[in-house]
Amino acid sequence: MSKDIKIKKGLAIRLKGEADKSLSNAPRSRTFAIRPSDFHLFTPKLVKKEGEKMLAGETLFYSKQNQAITFSSPVSGTLTKIERGPKRVITALTIEADQKDTFMDYGVKTPESLSSQEIKNHLLATGCWPFVKQRPYDVIANPNIKPKAIFISGLATGPLDADLDFVLQGKQKEVQTAITALSKLTKGAIHLTVAKDSVSMLSELDHVVLHKTNVLHPAGNVGTQINKIDPVNKGETVWTIAAQDLVIIGELFLTGKYNAERVVALAGSCVKAPKYYKTKIGSEVATMIYDSGLNEENIRVISGGVLSGDTISPKQHLGFYHNAITVIPEGDDYEFFGWNKPIFNKISPSRALTFSWIQPNKEFELNTNTNGEHRAFVVTGNYEEVFPLDIYPLQILKACLVNDLDAMEALGMYEVAPEDFALTEFVCVSKQPHQQIIREGLDLMYKEIG
Amino acid sequence: MGLKQNLHTLKMKYQGTKMAPAFNAIHTFLYLPNETTHNGTHIKAADDLKRTMNMVIMSLAPCLLFGIFNAGYQYNVQTGDVTKALSFFSTEFWNFSNFSIGAWKVLPLVIVSYGVGLLVEFIFAVIKGHEVEEGYLVTGMLVPLIVPVDIPLWMLSIAVIFGVVIGKEVFGGTGMNILNPALTIRAFLFFAYPTWMSGDKVWVTGAVDTVGQPDAISGETILGSLAQNNGYGDWSMMDQFLGFIPGSVGETSKLLIIVGALILILSKIGSWRIILSTLVGALSMGLIFNGVVNAGWVTESSKFFGLMSVDFWQHLFIGSILFGAVYMATDPVTASQTNKGKWIYGFLIGFISIMIRVFNPAYPEGVFLAILLMNVFAPTIDHYVLEGNIKKRANRLKLKTA
Repeated sequence: MSKDIKIKKGLAIRLKGEADKSLSNAPRSRTFAIRPSDFHLFTPKLVKKEGEKMLAGETLFYSKQNQAITFSSPVSGTLTKIERGPKRVITALTIEADQKDTFMDYGVKTPESLSSQEIKNHLLATGCWPFVKQRPYDVIANPNIKPKAIFISGLATGPLDADLDFVLQGKQKEVQTAITALSKLTKGAIHLTVAKDSVSMLSELDHVVLHKTNVLHPAGNVGTQINKIDPVNKGETVWTIAAQDLVIIGELFLTGKYNAERVVALAGSCVKAPKYYKTKIGSEVATMIYDSGLNEENIRVISGGVLSGDTISPKQHLGFYHNAITVIPEGDDYEFFGWNKPIFNKISPSRALTFSWIQPNKEFELNTNTNGEHRAFVVTGNYEEVFPLDIYPLQILKACLVNDLDAMEALGMYEVAPEDFALTEFVCVSKQPHQQIIREGLDLMYKEIG
Repeated sequence: MGLKQNLHTLKMKYQGTKMAPAFNAIHTFLYLPNETTHNGTHIKAADDLKRTMNMVIMSLAPCLLFGIFNAGYQYNVQTGDVTKALSFFSTEFWNFSNFSIGAWKVLPLVIVSYGVGLLVEFIFAVIKGHEVEEGYLVTGMLVPLIVPVDIPLWMLSIAVIFGVVIGKEVFGGTGMNILNPALTIRAFLFFAYPTWMSGDKVWVTGAVDTVGQPDAISGETILGSLAQNNGYGDWSMMDQFLGFIPGSVGETSKLLIIVGALILILSKIGSWRIILSTLVGALSMGLIFNGVVNAGWVTESSKFFGLMSVDFWQHLFIGSILFGAVYMATDPVTASQTNKGKWIYGFLIGFISIMIRVFNPAYPEGVFLAILLMNVFAPTIDHYVLEGNIKKRANRLKLKTA
């Protein structure tokens, strides 16, 4: 049954530098990199050695925890560098790309004629499985569990996020193929949520239950949609998959190739000409940033969005799950009497001499300054204003901080992912790292309860 | 550029040393720090704890200013130096003589409250190696406003040290305390030095010193007078609303407290839920007492008659229930932390305040005791509110498996 969602609690963060809806081909980057840290709680076991050549889509490593889950190279080239961090943890695998990709051929398949097990094996063998994530724990899905439902968000509501309607233009066939394949993996439905006034092809797909929502952030977060449509109970599992990754899965079935192509939004107030680029997973972000140009020196480059993305240097690479690169000014400067003077150029949910509320349509140019020091939790009631899930945010955060597993479970930890706490972290007066607290809480539960 | 650069150099030099928190506390008063986000959200909202606390202080400033003038005015009215003020902007009230007498009395209270309290905070920050937290900025402002004007400064100092150490720091500092520190300070004063904190001798400056003299100054409040079945004294309803009455330094002007409440609510700093429900609670208790009087269960001979027969809505203008509701009950750390809990918490504060006020004629103002009591029960209220959410989740699961 389709269900309309109405999100009243939330916050629209309007930022300067939204990507212009024009698509360019990113210059081919010389190196590509996969960062195993993108796959939380999974340890890579390398298949390829340093200096070895590989095809695009060939297995690069598999997971130590579940050997069936493999990860593929996004391009054809040579594995040139294995970077390691403390305790010899692999931090990045760098591939020097060939001039032109030669693809590994996995064979054309029609999902309609395959069994659920065959589809699963196909996704696992080709390196497409890591696109499927699960709740609880917000990690790569466990292929041995049959989920009660699969959730796909068909809209992005976060600040400067890539517009999914634009990104998925002309990809109806791929998306439909992927959905047909995924629909055989669940006993329940595939829930797809789109914007209320959306006219994109997403609302015309088969094998999905379509939901409509208003566009106040975090309506586009898949966690919000799960909570409103069919919340996760203890012992249940749901899978989530990002809409842009359906294209890669669909293409695999249609052409037999693992084509890690992705349309990313290059956005942010530091970018001269923010727009969309067609590139590949793991490409060097410098190729796009310097192609479009920057208008500031002191910058923060983020793989992903401003709320949940990763800090990277321009020489580093696009994250596995990201479809945006955001560049905003670094805020490492003091501000004279910044704590008590009236503020017009920053966003604030309150009106404590902060005046973003009288200019609701202004696009702000925020930097990375924390606007204050870290403090204990003091203010109450302000998280609830931006947190639409039926969960008590302050109390669940405190339960995580004191490692109280019983309370975490009772208060709804199975339903959340760190990104659900991005807005509460943004508005937090005490500048507490909510997403990190939730991630550590989930890790603890995963370890203790599993 | 000079100052900013010099301070930055100093900060780097003392980073990691014992005195760093003390230096940083002063540094961050001048400059918003240069800290940046690392992981998680890369941008942050403009509000921090300093800004939040600053709003509360700004909403208290009119009360303090009025309190200074009123301290002098009450004295001058009794000595006959000024006649009674008739309107809010009357020059009988806003004049230099009132101000100088009042300032001489009130400013030392403010200085001692802040000086002693912040010293304790700094010492604890240095010992424990955390930053100086902003909680005391509000407490330090509240304390002079809720004590009688003639309170000796040494008493205030001892009470502040007790309140900050026992009321807050032993629990881990700002954000961890169970009891409202300002009220802990007031409770300490009340139980340790009751003769200075209640009765009919302390509410106007000079009243204690002139006891027994022919031109003695009366230091009685309206509440005290009502508790002895003596009616409202010389004070009109308008005097009470505007604040031209004796009482603790900053809580007499209901008008300015309402202004402060509006500042807090409109800036989204104070919880309107708590303020509203406290007032509703107080009115309900008032109504119940009015009903009891109307039913004839309590007669004029009863010692409770005076306060019970006060019209229910007038309770809001007597004593400090309004001040307590707006500035004390709303302290987010010690109040209920869930929105549902805030309604219950506030209602009970109002309800119990009026109950104590009526049934405890020895000490007629019950607001601070009611708030302290509910501070203790706030976690319990939250517990039951959370339990509701947890049950809902458990039922969802049961429906599934059934």
